[in-house]
Amino acid sequence: MTVRVQTEDFDAGFEINQLRKARKDVGAVVSFVGQVRDINEGDEVSQLTLEHYPGMTEKSLEAIITQVKARWNIIDVLIIHRVGTLQPCDQIVLVAVSGGHRGEAFAACEFVMDYLKTEAPFWKKEATPSGERWVEAKSSDDDARERWNKASESKQ
Amino acid sequence: MKIKLFYFARLKETLKYSTEDLELADADGPWTVLKLKALLAKRGDVWGQMLMGKLKVRAAINHELVHDNATIANGDEVAFFPPVTGG
Repeated sequence: MTVRVQTEDFDAGFEINQLRKARKDVGAVVSFVGQVRDINEGDEVSQLTLEHYPGMTEKSLEAIITQVKARWNIIDVLIIHRVGTLQPCDQIVLVAVSGGHRGEAFAACEFVMDYLKTEAPFWKKEATPSGERWVEAKSSDDDARERWNKASESKQ
Repeated sequence: MKIKLFYFARLKETLKYSTEDLELADADGPWTVLKLKALLAKRGDVWGQMLMGKLKVRAAINHELVHDNATIANGDEVAFFPPVTGG
């Protein structure tokens, strides 16, 4: 597993190739890239600043990967999350999951994003024409995470 | 007992504290997250609003998310922050 929290941009193509070529039993790599939008809640966004809790951030991302590996038969997981000041169209996050087949890799990638959005200590502040404001957490993100708990209950 | 406190995002900005060392009276223990929040809320209006008001506050002890009834031990690193918004 690889977890990186950095101010620098990343090359998603390079990272995906690394995961793909790492082992010959990799049959699928599923990835997600999140980027800064120029609009939120109907207001223009010119800049986004990401703050995090150094130490806890890395641990919480590693804990999410550990859960994913226990739940699905996958080969490797990479998470890169940027912090600092970003502009619209800048990449924020990359999650890539390699596995033998696509099904488990798709599920694992979505699970990582749903947990990252609700448990990893990152906070966004956006610059709008009326000033700076902290982005509010969405209950739809909590719902997205909760459905994984329901999914595991119904399996038992 | 002694603990280290961290504040993040809106809490850090509003309270104008990023970190502090705090001594908690052992005689008043056991200390829970809720009890610590109540103690800090006594520092003034803005502290009360941030920690015990309508805003959701999440807490971590030693980098693990915890609930209000979690117990704090000597030497712990405790953090308060708003619900997270990464990704």
